[in-house]
Amino acid sequence: MTATAVDTASTTGRSADLPRTPREKSRARRDARSAWTLLGPSLIILGVMIGYPAVIMVVQSFTDYTVKNKVLGTPANFVWFENYIALFSESDFPAVLMRSLGLMVVLTVLNMLVGTLVAILMTRLSRAWRITVSVGLLLAWAMPALTATVVWGWIFDTQYGVVNWVLNTITGTSDWTNHSWLLNPWSFYLVLTIIVVWQSVPFVAFTTYAALGQVPGEVLEAASLDGATGVKRFYLVVFPYLRSVLTVVLVLQIIWNLRIFTQVYALQSRGGIAAETNVLGTYLFRQGVGEFGATSAIGVVMVILLLALSWGYVRTTLKEEEL
Amino acid sequence: MSTNVSTQLGTIGVDDVLGEVGDTKTPKRRSIEARRPSAKKVATRTLLNIAAAIVFFCSIFPVYWMVNMSFTPNKAIISRTPSFLPLNSTLNNYITAWNREAAPGQTDFPHALLATVIVTVGVLVVTLLFAFLASVAVARFHFRGRRGFIIAVLIVQMIPGEAMMFTIYGMIDDWRLMNTLLGLGIVYTSTVIAFTIWTLRGFVAGVPAELEEAAMIDGCTKSQAFWRVTFPLLAPGLVATSIFAFIQCWNEFLMALLLMKGYNLTLMPWLNAFQSTSVSGAVNWGAVMAGSTLIAVPVMIFFLIVQGRMSGGLVAGAVKG
Repeated sequence: MTATAVDTASTTGRSADLPRTPREKSRARRDARSAWTLLGPSLIILGVMIGYPAVIMVVQSFTDYTVKNKVLGTPANFVWFENYIALFSESDFPAVLMRSLGLMVVLTVLNMLVGTLVAILMTRLSRAWRITVSVGLLLAWAMPALTATVVWGWIFDTQYGVVNWVLNTITGTSDWTNHSWLLNPWSFYLVLTIIVVWQSVPFVAFTTYAALGQVPGEVLEAASLDGATGVKRFYLVVFPYLRSVLTVVLVLQIIWNLRIFTQVYALQSRGGIAAETNVLGTYLFRQGVGEFGATSAIGVVMVILLLALSWGYVRTTLKEEEL
Repeated sequence: MSTNVSTQLGTIGVDDVLGEVGDTKTPKRRSIEARRPSAKKVATRTLLNIAAAIVFFCSIFPVYWMVNMSFTPNKAIISRTPSFLPLNSTLNNYITAWNREAAPGQTDFPHALLATVIVTVGVLVVTLLFAFLASVAVARFHFRGRRGFIIAVLIVQMIPGEAMMFTIYGMIDDWRLMNTLLGLGIVYTSTVIAFTIWTLRGFVAGVPAELEEAAMIDGCTKSQAFWRVTFPLLAPGLVATSIFAFIQCWNEFLMALLLMKGYNLTLMPWLNAFQSTSVSGAVNWGAVMAGSTLIAVPVMIFFLIVQGRMSGGLVAGAVKG
């Protein structure tokens, strides 16, 4: 291991610098070739399964393509923005969109808040309690969304649900017998929120907890020696360490909560009124296969919305990437 | 009772066992008297432990209720007074869930399980292989188009698959892959691969290239150095990402609902068909709970085994530049 050898190796390895000698140039070419070979399989699957349908979707959203065209093999007409205009003027879509956005905000705020609080709580617990809490959270997290909704739907069941029984017992009345939680859109959303928060908090809590563990103890100690109080310490010392993780979690929460499908769909089939409780995903699904042009327009709006919401994350990540 | 326990724990634990964050002490405070907790400290500890108990209870109750119901005879399930313990427990619900068709003409549990396992394993193998190669390319090579590829991967993570559900449906239909495990597997692979590339990239980048260079100086070729030095260090990353891919495939509902029919259903659409009332009118709730338990328990056991690596891995993947 001579110093010169190490030096050569690291210069050739660091090819961010422009290659100068012909040898380095050919090496860079070879590197690029191997890199693209390694990327090949992933590029193919991403291109065919994401890129291609995305293009198709945009094109179709400007046509009146239906299942009839597909079966008969007749070409569809180009209708420009007609699908979009109809979507925003003649359908329930604007209401669904607002509902989805509102639900997303509520769910995201609750998930982040409760999740962070649980994470902080976990740092203050004794080992035994921490493990106990972790196991509970893990079980909630691990439950598949559909299974969770089925179980919660049963807990809130109109006739035999334990919630109605508990409320009856607490109030000492029989007011809650046969109370239907899913019929009214507001209590439908209440149940939905409980399910989603129950399932999402563990992810936020564990991720934040892991990030809290990365805060160096010496820095905290130094801060408390300098007389920083608990709240101040959290704000000035801990939070900067958490920021990047919390940003990622926040963006993921926004995306997941806006894309939510399974829980809403399953609750609707347990007695919710679909027309009054649809969110973007279930609305699109309930349009059904057939009107490819019209449904494509909904898809395009959804994609644009999500890209707009997550663009900040993409930019931040890229900036950190530059190094 | 829980207060009692927590106070006890509080007195034992106070100084050393406590959380690492926000609980720093200066060395001079670590004198002998400081080891005896003040009344205020005990009160805080008790409150914290009560909060922990509440969090634990809230997260565990639905899981408990599902398992409880799955062992409860149907007559007791549809009673106005819920039974909190499966006192006269029965295995009948499990037998029904295992044997009965989800609905007339729909698959039974064993076939749905088999279908799900096949799809999940297939997707895991293909995704890990493809994503691993791609992540090495992104983390270890500098080439024109690298930035473009990274942007593409990031954007794909943000694009909702469900927005394109009918376009993908049309494609799968055109390729005559409708209602096949291959078609479903291809769709799943495309939804997990971007995230997997991104996470694995973090792990590959986390292994210093100098280690490989040192091995090369010691006489390895570049690929030997990679396989002997870097690859073994990537094991945790591969485990973490495969867990995420596994969970996604196991739990996915929408595309499976859209693409699969009759005897080819995977577990989630099986459960959906099994609990929908439309066909016969009466739902066997005990069996639904038993089926739910059968679906959820493998994932839960898996989670409990690998938990430490998972969130750590996610943070590493998401944050490591």
